[in-house]
Amino acid sequence: MTTMYRRFDAVDRTLHVALMMSFFGLALTGLPLLFSQRPWAAVLASALGGFSSAHVIHRLSASLLIAVFLVHLARVGKQLVIDRDLGVLWGPNSMVPQPRDVRDLVNHVKWFLGLGPRPRFDRYTYWEKFDYWAVFWGMGIIGLSGLMLWFPTVFARLVPGWVFNVALLIHGEEALLAVGFIFTIHFFNTHVRPEKFPLDPVIFTGRLSAREFREERPDEYGRLQARGELARAEVGAPASWIMPFARTVAVLALTIGFIIVTLIILSVAAAAAV
Amino acid sequence: MGTPGTFGVRLAILCVSSLALAVPAAAQSPKPPANEDCLACHGDADAKRADGRSIFVAAQAFDASTHGGASCVDCHKDLATIAEFPHPERLAKVNCASCHDDVGVKYHDSIHWRARDKAGLVVAPSCADCHGKHDIRAKAGPQARVFRANIPATCGGCHAGIREHYDSSVHAAALKSGNPKAPVCIDCHTAHDIQRADTDAWRAAVTKECGGCHAESQKTYRDTFHGQVTSLGYQRVATCADCHGSHDIKPKKDAQSRIAPAHLVETCRQCHAGANENFVKYDPHADRHSKARSPVLFYAGRFMDGLLLGVFGFFGLHTALWLRRGVKARGEIQPAEKREEKTA
Repeated sequence: MTTMYRRFDAVDRTLHVALMMSFFGLALTGLPLLFSQRPWAAVLASALGGFSSAHVIHRLSASLLIAVFLVHLARVGKQLVIDRDLGVLWGPNSMVPQPRDVRDLVNHVKWFLGLGPRPRFDRYTYWEKFDYWAVFWGMGIIGLSGLMLWFPTVFARLVPGWVFNVALLIHGEEALLAVGFIFTIHFFNTHVRPEKFPLDPVIFTGRLSAREFREERPDEYGRLQARGELARAEVGAPASWIMPFARTVAVLALTIGFIIVTLIILSVAAAAAV
Repeated sequence: MGTPGTFGVRLAILCVSSLALAVPAAAQSPKPPANEDCLACHGDADAKRADGRSIFVAAQAFDASTHGGASCVDCHKDLATIAEFPHPERLAKVNCASCHDDVGVKYHDSIHWRARDKAGLVVAPSCADCHGKHDIRAKAGPQARVFRANIPATCGGCHAGIREHYDSSVHAAALKSGNPKAPVCIDCHTAHDIQRADTDAWRAAVTKECGGCHAESQKTYRDTFHGQVTSLGYQRVATCADCHGSHDIKPKKDAQSRIAPAHLVETCRQCHAGANENFVKYDPHADRHSKARSPVLFYAGRFMDGLLLGVFGFFGLHTALWLRRGVKARGEIQPAEKREEKTA
């Protein structure tokens, strides 16, 4: 048995699964509205139980996602305020973009083009940070606009009605960005790229093998090694149900994602042709 | 009161002179009576049934009608084979669908037919109530009851309250001013296949009908939440008539209009109970492509378009390059990894 190292704790893994579930719930019930003129939209909406049911699924999923967002914020807040861990804000364990990320991006592109060696990455790569902030920004924007559309008469005490026109546009476009990004770029960057194909289970198991750790995140590996902290990061094998679970979820997610992306591309093309 | 027998006798006396010629002829051969034969009795403006109802058929009006060239027995089919005249008082109902079968199919699915047939509502109209009887004119002529401009009066014969509303509407004004596209009852309700106006299917269909003229409003409506939901076939949210009204629809500048500024809060509150003055600044026909109508939405749309293009452009390229390099690198790296594992 190869040695395994911890990358994500149980709460983060659970949050990611909850995030995925809510994301699918929101996308499947929201996209028919965004593409309401396409024939597949009415089929999907009625498959989800029609307006009254899709409406409830969308709002339940939204509530779950808001909860995920708040739990994550609370965890970051606790780390910062209670644990006084400023590493959240800067350094290798922070999601905050840093000069190193720009250098990594440039060197990575150079490697793509055969103009240099593959850059060495640390705990969080620049594309992982982009994914994180895209979701972060997306949750703020889609969440706020969604709440406005959910409770328009409440928000109308604060803002003029035309804000709801803008909220609907932003809600839809930002959702399209999120869905399109997750089902193409995020899937590729984490699962489908040749180094990982067909699936990187780390977000489900929370564990990396020693080889993955050394090769993919050599700077983090080296730092832990130098500080003698490597042994502390060692964990046992994941529970036996996790890998089958991860494979099932990933196959389902990739399939639904692929279908949705195909429908979006066809629909955008059809709308552009009109 | 008179039985058919005694009625027949009275009628025979009434028409005695002409029938003296007609009846023997009919009795000899079952040849159907010619129109003149019928008019021998029915051409008399004073001819009446036992109950006093006129049996007069105005020959001139019939000749001028769209059926002018037809024989009486083409419609009154049971008289074609009858041998004895005067004929019995009760004849078979004329079945217009025997020629107009396509219309018949539609009518037999309509609320008017169901009212007559299922609910026993005898005042619900059949063909003749709208089209007339012997004086039926083709709808293209202004004398027809079903001529476009005459439709509101024809339907209003029964639906008098609705007609009053309609007459106050912008559509009625357009009709009076001779606008050939001004909608009349049948444009929304159809002529023959009239349905209940509270079903989802009907609400969806009538929304499309409004778009026949108001194409731009239809398009912008489709971009809003109301329009998206209704496009999917669910009519629980606002359609045209919910905000604009239906029969008494009036332009925004008319103070009576449901969408006149003074009435907007009340109109939105039909669904949005807590709507206030701020709420009604929502534009149910906002157009993201129109800088003049919806400036903030226009620039928000531009920004979002740019954001999407930027993100997908950048990461699309990033992904494509990575894929190309990754496939190549797989061949390069793997042997080295295997060596490393063996030595490790």
